[in-house]
Amino acid sequence: MDDDRVFKALADPTRRHLLDRLFERDGRTLTELESELEMTRFGVMKHLRVLEEAGLVVARRSGREKLHFLNPVPIRLIHDRWITKYAERHVAALADLKHELEETA
Amino acid sequence: MSTMATALTTQVYSIFIKASPEQIWEAITTPAFTQKYFYGVPVAITSETFDGGASAQGAVVEFDPPHKLVHSWRALYDPETAAEPESRVTWEIAAQDGGVSLLTVVHDRLDDSPKTAESVAGGWSYILSGLKSVLETGEGLAG
Repeated sequence: MDDDRVFKALADPTRRHLLDRLFERDGRTLTELESELEMTRFGVMKHLRVLEEAGLVVARRSGREKLHFLNPVPIRLIHDRWITKYAERHVAALADLKHELEETA
Repeated sequence: MSTMATALTTQVYSIFIKASPEQIWEAITTPAFTQKYFYGVPVAITSETFDGGASAQGAVVEFDPPHKLVHSWRALYDPETAAEPESRVTWEIAAQDGGVSLLTVVHDRLDDSPKTAESVAGGWSYILSGLKSVLETGEGLAG
């Protein structure tokens, strides 16, 4: 999968907003998504296509409807590229330490 | 994010892997392979059962190598998820151009299993990323 497409797709605030909507409630139709955005149906379709091409949104048929799902895997791959499982433990430990120190302060 | 419970009742994960559908099928169904990416768990899958030992168990309802695998899912690693109704996992493998395959995992029927839904939400991304790593580099993500 092409990382450039993922970064390009995420660079746009409207597309991030679409992902937020799906994160909130997954498996939505174009009509549902369109009703929450001040944008034409065509505009929403265009943004969804960019998200689909980046693998961030997966569309699946359910009966007569086409439902859109947020696919977090490409973001996980970017995460794994720089934060390996070894490093993650240290990063998590530092984050925990910060929380603990700030809570008890 | 008050709608998280409904948001998670059907979860879809997909990933492109530079491998043939046969290689991916083998990686999903062979315990020595799954141990490298499935949280260290050797998972044995036959046409009848999904056996993840004390971690997860399920009954296989569709077994169509190397394209489709459907099984029920009960997560046993946590008493709360173990007490919830079974959910369903569907694996689909589709060959693409250039020696690449698209693997899609759909975890659904989670409506009455909110703890399981929450628990697997991050897990599948981790597992699929690890599976890709094993198939493309021969090594899983450490740990």
